[in-house]
Amino acid sequence: MELFRIKNDIPFMRHALKFNVISLVTFVLAVFFIATRGLNLSVEFTGGTLIEVHYPEPPRIEEIRQTLTGAGYSDAQVQNFGSSRDILVRLPNRDDLDTDRISERVIETLKAVDGPDPELRRVEFVGPQVGKELASDGGMALLFVVIGMMIYLALRFEWRFALAASIANLHDVLIIIGFFALFQWEFSLSVLAAVLAVLGYSVNETVVIFDRVREIFRKRRNLTTPQVIDQAITRTMSRTVITHGSTLMVVLSMLIFGGETLYYFSLALTIGILFGIYSSVLVSSPLVMWLGVSREQFIKPKKEKEEAVV
Amino acid sequence: MNRYPLWKNILICLVLLFGVLYTVPNFYGEVPAVQVSSGKATVQLDNALIPRLTETLRSAGLPPTATFSDEHSIRFRFDGTEEQLRARDVIERALNPDPADPAYIVALNLLPATPNWLTAINALPMYLGLDLRGGVHFLLEVDMPGAVTNRLESTAGDLRTLLRSERIRHAGIAREGNGVVLRFRDAAQRDAARRAIAANSNDLQLTDRDLGANDLRLVATLLPAAEQSIREFAMTQNITTLRNRINELGVAEPIIQQQGADRIVVQLPGVQDVARAKDILGRTATLEIRMVDDTPGALEDALNGQVPFGTELYTERGGNPLLVKNEVVLTGDRLTDAQPGFDGQTNEPAVHLTLDSAGARIFRDVTRENVGKRMAILLIEKGRGEVVTAPVIRSEIGGGRVQISGRMTVEEANNVALLLRAGSLAAPMQIIEERTVGPSLGAENIAKGFNSVLWGFVAIAVFMIVYYTLFGFVSVVALAANLGLLIALLSLLQATLTLPGIAAMALTIGMAIDANVLINERIREEIRAGSTPQAAITAGYERAFDTILDANITTLIAGVALLVFGSGPVRGFAVVHCLGILTSMFSAILVSRMLVNFIYGRRRKIDRLAIG
Repeated sequence: MELFRIKNDIPFMRHALKFNVISLVTFVLAVFFIATRGLNLSVEFTGGTLIEVHYPEPPRIEEIRQTLTGAGYSDAQVQNFGSSRDILVRLPNRDDLDTDRISERVIETLKAVDGPDPELRRVEFVGPQVGKELASDGGMALLFVVIGMMIYLALRFEWRFALAASIANLHDVLIIIGFFALFQWEFSLSVLAAVLAVLGYSVNETVVIFDRVREIFRKRRNLTTPQVIDQAITRTMSRTVITHGSTLMVVLSMLIFGGETLYYFSLALTIGILFGIYSSVLVSSPLVMWLGVSREQFIKPKKEKEEAVV
Repeated sequence: MNRYPLWKNILICLVLLFGVLYTVPNFYGEVPAVQVSSGKATVQLDNALIPRLTETLRSAGLPPTATFSDEHSIRFRFDGTEEQLRARDVIERALNPDPADPAYIVALNLLPATPNWLTAINALPMYLGLDLRGGVHFLLEVDMPGAVTNRLESTAGDLRTLLRSERIRHAGIAREGNGVVLRFRDAAQRDAARRAIAANSNDLQLTDRDLGANDLRLVATLLPAAEQSIREFAMTQNITTLRNRINELGVAEPIIQQQGADRIVVQLPGVQDVARAKDILGRTATLEIRMVDDTPGALEDALNGQVPFGTELYTERGGNPLLVKNEVVLTGDRLTDAQPGFDGQTNEPAVHLTLDSAGARIFRDVTRENVGKRMAILLIEKGRGEVVTAPVIRSEIGGGRVQISGRMTVEEANNVALLLRAGSLAAPMQIIEERTVGPSLGAENIAKGFNSVLWGFVAIAVFMIVYYTLFGFVSVVALAANLGLLIALLSLLQATLTLPGIAAMALTIGMAIDANVLINERIREEIRAGSTPQAAITAGYERAFDTILDANITTLIAGVALLVFGSGPVRGFAVVHCLGILTSMFSAILVSRMLVNFIYGRRRKIDRLAIG
């Protein structure tokens, strides 16, 4: 079976400007949503307590809310989690709460509500100092990834590629975060892990195309730069679609079977993979072109390439 | 011709064999076991206990199928739950004659059912994280500024005593911020004080600060090295104390680890009663020094059931009975440090205690009045006392530096020092992160993770075989090898597998197939360009290699960043992600190539490749 039997190179670069305008618009929208709506950060970042309980039959949430308010937890958020029988209680950190004991107190309070006793599924308490650290660690990780990749790509290819790849892939990251801001999905540590994994993954995609660009530059002397890029994209298109399709199958399998815990993680990956294809193929390539990539840059550093591999 | 040299084939097969060997333990499941651990800070598990208990069990008709031990526990494996329950009772009776005061904790546990020959080569099942097996995770922060402040407070007291004994007049000594401020009215007294302090202490740094002619000050601050050692001491002592207390919970495999400079991670798999766990972690044990009643005949009376008024009967660690007066000479609050070491003159192993100034004064008075008598050092835990040691007072001891020596081995000296310190926490601790996962959620998480991996794999396998036929099949075998190797590596390293880790495993499958897609697409392209099948295979693998390498290194950079900066769930993800990238390089390139070589490599004439 073969899905992509393309004879002539598709003239992607003729539409380069359009692609970049589209991505610029999504980028601006993402930034807009992040700025105006903010992120619905999980308890890991904000600090606070999260308690998940399971009831044998659907409980009356209103009653639970009232009881918690009566017990002094007026700022508690109560909501269903996954099913009508699973309840999630969130409490922000407050100075006057005895953090060492809070989870037990809340569970006792819940048991005092009429009806069957809940079964404790999970408690997460994160002190205020930990939350801040996690957020700053996340930022450090992002910075490390971007710098690390730029150095690697600059060594292995050329600075133009490094710059283009970084811009294209950071734009993926912002778009994922923009989605989370727009829909107010919970942004947790595992979503952050997914975002960074996407960053690695979509650079991976960019590398495959750049590899081809380099190869064609070296082999074919009679092609213009846009033609070279068109050919590289066309030749790798089959691989692009199949690889991403495969990864997407696994991610969807997680989305379907992974339950609530993996839901937002796989959602972030899904968005990341879809936009990753777009940005690495149709955003980074025009950027490289505009940055002035040409055949000469690949003819002379042939020796250098050998060194870089080692 | 596409052939690997023999050594390369053998090497790949050996790696695959290793993969199978270390993956296998994950499929054996768990069997019931009984775990024995020390129930008291003063009870040590020794090696003689294993044969003794094995013998006891054997004579009760319950021979354990395997025995494991480490420094904190001994575990016996049994065939069934019924044997397990009976064995627990047998061990309980043998070890704890007095159920009200158990010396050992005997707990039920589950152990991997891995056959012994696999255990012998260190092939164990993956280590499941708390989110998969249920349990409690605490992150505790040790109040280091508190520990330093405590030390400064006692330093202020020490300095007061020192100046008094040196007859140096001062106008007040107090701790202020990060130092101790000593006030003087004239410079001569200050100089004398500076000399005296310098001669007596080497942890202090002294600076002058003058506020007018009549208010001369000397500020003593801790040297950075001294402050560092206070922090380290507080950390080790708190960890030791926690470990002793957690042993009491009878948790199967507790983890107590230092994290960073001032944090301790405590993980208690299987523990559901969080309230009790917190009670035990937060409890304080105290140390007491009391005099031993050596009145002739009193001990005999006590042993006959007539304990003289004002005394209590205790058993020394060696097993000798001891009559101890109720009056408390000193409590552990006055003890600032206990270190193992050697006697300066006899070179015998000894324990060096450091008391604060008030403690030192009391100790000097008591020892002066009781030369030749014995004093008992007791550890009071759960309202019950335990004699740690009962040395004879040889002479008056002043200065707050006490040495306990005589008939001790180096190991005993270490233990006593540890016990004296273990009684209480060196600095208060606060829970700054808590995660509790119920057992049902843990089991559900395993099922969810497993299903995600399984169906993701099946979907890819079906697609690859349909799309690339025989080459797709080869890719799927390589992918399975990748998954096996990844599980083997995780089992071998005993890295903690969490739900995000399983997610990373699924993602690895999705990403590892990329390499094979790249290779297969290249081969197709070569064929289209007119190459012969054999040349297409060679060129396909060679050309794809550069791309695969670049792509994987960039992904690895992201993985390493997650590993370095991530914590908790992110790290669990990153470990599997990074290992998965490494194993995928091996299996996607070498394993698949080996298979392709087996299929096509020997044929001289191939009409076409079965690549769809």
